[in-house]
Amino acid sequence: MKIAIVDYGAGNLPSVERALGKLGVETERAIEPPQLESAEAIVLPGVGHFAAFVAGLRERNLTGALRAAFDAGKPMLGICLGLQAMFAASDEAPGDAGLAFFPEQVRALPTNVKSPHIGWNQLRQTRESSLLRGIASDAYFYFAHSFAAPATAEPTVAACDHGFPFAAVIERGSVRGVQFHPEKSGETGAQVLRNFVESIQ
Amino acid sequence: MTLARRIIPCLDVDAGRVVKGIEFEGLRDMGDPAELGARYNREGADELVVLDISASVEGRATFLDTIRRVAEQLNIPLTAGGGIRKMEDGRAVLRAGADKVTVNTAAVKRPELISELSQQFGAQAVVLSLDVKRKGDSWEAYTRGGRDATGLDAAKWAAEAVERGAGEILLTSIDRDGTCSGFDCELTATIAQTVPVPVIASGGASTFEDFLAVYTEGRADAALAASIFHQETRSITAMKKFLAERGVPIRLSR
Repeated sequence: MKIAIVDYGAGNLPSVERALGKLGVETERAIEPPQLESAEAIVLPGVGHFAAFVAGLRERNLTGALRAAFDAGKPMLGICLGLQAMFAASDEAPGDAGLAFFPEQVRALPTNVKSPHIGWNQLRQTRESSLLRGIASDAYFYFAHSFAAPATAEPTVAACDHGFPFAAVIERGSVRGVQFHPEKSGETGAQVLRNFVESIQ
Repeated sequence: MTLARRIIPCLDVDAGRVVKGIEFEGLRDMGDPAELGARYNREGADELVVLDISASVEGRATFLDTIRRVAEQLNIPLTAGGGIRKMEDGRAVLRAGADKVTVNTAAVKRPELISELSQQFGAQAVVLSLDVKRKGDSWEAYTRGGRDATGLDAAKWAAEAVERGAGEILLTSIDRDGTCSGFDCELTATIAQTVPVPVIASGGASTFEDFLAVYTEGRADAALAASIFHQETRSITAMKKFLAERGVPIRLSR
């Protein structure tokens, strides 16, 4: 099986590649649409700025290819900013359109809590989740972000609280996303990736 | 659901080896960074910091390789820094596998460096390393590994750095560093209440009680220690158990 990791020009790809590699998965850095078309699944990692991210996708003509993959039901996993980019827009870059798989707007964390939300936090699972299968309900995951989609967003299956309840895990159809970094979340994070890989097979 | 307090071992690296500064003796070799990193990852460290303390050009040349070797061993976040002068240095460190980069001296000279790194990589990837000494009722920021006074008030500089896009403060008390007399909780609480970003306390840690104090009185979001974990006398696992039993939110499951 081959998983395409979208390379939009920034982001720490080696750690995602290494984490998937340990699960015996072959990965390829995708910089053009045909690579997304031939892959069996797509990982959309991301750190940095929402504007840089969507611009990076646009410059590589990947925006349309990702929408086509979404429409075709290709398995996809968004990580951190990769999850946020699946929504329509973000407070971080007003005026820049996201991939709009989901209509909600990504919000800035409020000023009454420390932002960025950095560190290990727990989840509150609200619906059945394929990504969280076999993971203890009090497990910790590593977060590092200043923006988040509200937990009221339709595809939310697990929430986390930091200033407001936000979507920590989303799942709908073949699309999944995590606001935390599974590749940085120890053995628990490796289990999330394993669950994603197993869901493709 | 609670954000856990983090325990962060720090590797001071010179020419590819972890070293410890010993008074009147200079540097003592503490081992291989990749091996120590792997051990801390296994023992439940929440994050790892690698700092380049090389004085020589040759020492610096090996630092990116050290980051690569350490990053390969980890499935937790890695922060790296020491001698980051410009945007390209930061990029190289992140490309080598670090998730965050620390800046100090160069940022004092040219604060725009923080803004540039933050705009490119996000605030969560930029850590201001703030080394301070007490001066009357406040604290003064120092650069060049604690050698040069800047005249900057630590709290004001921290606030400016955050304004410019630093996402975390790594706060080291030079007065306490190497003394084993505990973290400076007053300093840590002062800065933690001044800035809206997480603060990592550093300098002076020796016992489990020191960590307990800095998370409670000191209001630290995370605490860092270098040499106390290197010799296997104090394990991270045992410290986490100690803290959890005393009500500190700690990540125990791996």
